[in-house]
Amino acid sequence: MGATASQAVAAPVLDVERVRRDFPILDRTVNGRPLVYLDSGASSQRPIAVLRAVEEYETHSHANIHRGVHALSQAATEAFEGARERVRRFINARSTKEIIFVRGTTEAINLVAQSFARPRFKAGDEIIVTALEHHANIVPWQMVCEQTGCTLKVAPINKRGELLFDEYVKLLSPRTKLVAIAHVSNALGSILPVKRIVDAAHAQGAVVLVDGAQAVPHSQVDVRALGCDFYAFSGHKLYGPTGIGVLYGREELLQSMPPWQGGGDMILTVSFEKTTYNDLPAKFEAGTPNISGAIGLAAAMDYVESLGLDAIAAHEHRLVELATAELQKIPGIQIIGTAANKASIVSFTLDGVHPHDLGTILDHEGVAVRTGHHCAMPLMTFLGLPATARASFGVYNTEQDVASLVAALGKAREVFG
Amino acid sequence: MDLKELYRDVILDHNKRPRNFGRLEPADSCADGHNPLCGDRLTVFLRMSGDRVEDIRFEGKGCAISTASASLMSEAIKGRDKAEIGTLFGKIHALLTQQNAVADPSLGKLAALSGVREYPARVKCASLCWHTLNAALERGADARNETPATVSTE
Repeated sequence: MGATASQAVAAPVLDVERVRRDFPILDRTVNGRPLVYLDSGASSQRPIAVLRAVEEYETHSHANIHRGVHALSQAATEAFEGARERVRRFINARSTKEIIFVRGTTEAINLVAQSFARPRFKAGDEIIVTALEHHANIVPWQMVCEQTGCTLKVAPINKRGELLFDEYVKLLSPRTKLVAIAHVSNALGSILPVKRIVDAAHAQGAVVLVDGAQAVPHSQVDVRALGCDFYAFSGHKLYGPTGIGVLYGREELLQSMPPWQGGGDMILTVSFEKTTYNDLPAKFEAGTPNISGAIGLAAAMDYVESLGLDAIAAHEHRLVELATAELQKIPGIQIIGTAANKASIVSFTLDGVHPHDLGTILDHEGVAVRTGHHCAMPLMTFLGLPATARASFGVYNTEQDVASLVAALGKAREVFG
Repeated sequence: MDLKELYRDVILDHNKRPRNFGRLEPADSCADGHNPLCGDRLTVFLRMSGDRVEDIRFEGKGCAISTASASLMSEAIKGRDKAEIGTLFGKIHALLTQQNAVADPSLGKLAALSGVREYPARVKCASLCWHTLNAALERGADARNETPATVSTE
């Protein structure tokens, strides 16, 4: 992954005007101005294809899955399991047994923490995360540390937002049981060298979980090429619905893990003396899942693949380069996160204007950005900042959107003098 | 709506040059306030004379609304007693949250905060300092030298 300059030149071009027509929400106005949506890193919008797929299912095919023999139940089961196969192909997993549907990235990480780590880690064992992680890839491991007595280690970054790879390698030892890292930093956009991180961890016998929430929407992810053991992501950042996400896990690891939640669908037989658990992936999917969400996610994957992930990566890389260049021309702007390898996100501050005030003024101009600590408070502390403003780009963003952002920042300067 | 309704000159001025800014030593009471949503943090220090706030200072980092609100509050409550401050807080709360609320003349410069109610996401910025002040008042004089009380808007 990583849209380098050479890739940007070679990649096919995205027809953004056509793409924009696929997203009805982009037609609306905010505060009397056309919506400029620069918050896809928090949640992307949905194309008509996803809205239709969900509506079609809810209108014509809904019933519970893996139960009844009636026509609707079979249609729902087929659509749900079809979505699982769609996900498998999207990330190139070996088997649909390795695809667990969850609520989102957060639930996927918690599943691994409680079902993989908690039963087998003990005092003296170590978990490594990096300094730029989202709280969802910090707190579940802190909970495991409290529960088992194992220790959390933090691989440092530099001020540009790049992992200090040699420092990370120094932390690795036979005590390291698990390495949990972001593929792309949600606060800074840095792309981490996942393959190298995985290889170094495996050399010490450690298992690697990758938080791919910010990576999957922006480039082709191949879990086998990365070599990771677990990969977690959310549907709603990938132009799909909220409340659906995916945990990929290598089959032998998932087989070795106890169920996380108990209930219907995850069992083969139940008696008061002994219950036997279902096979993968059902073992980890207790209760009725988010059926329409999975179907919407499959439609979203069809959609982004129809645009071409290389074209998407190149398009967003151009916007990041443009936004970085244009913002740097504004006096008082600091770009936060200047890693050599970045995807889709530009975080910044403006001297004399708190990010929260910036957010309000930009919204007034119709420009939606995220402001705050981006659920990465340890990273903000390291950078010495209470908050930043963050523009994040998706398939539907244009050069005009960047111009609107720049103009709105001029307005902020005007208000604050 | 005009942004100037939110960012009035009084607000911008108190953001740029907050009054009563800094630590108060010695203080009879202090409390920390934190708005996790935006990262605003402030500490309110009080010197009391019985029920009356003899002196107040605050320090911290926050957006223009939270900084200006704390600055305006510090001016407004200096020399007032707990009952008067309670009344003032009630009026401010109404001003920040009720549509069509008319600023009570007794609010003085605090009335400049009336634009905030059009921005529901920002109401907590303006009210953080008042909740923090309340926590400091409740701790009273016996709280000296202890870890400050903490209030959070979440």
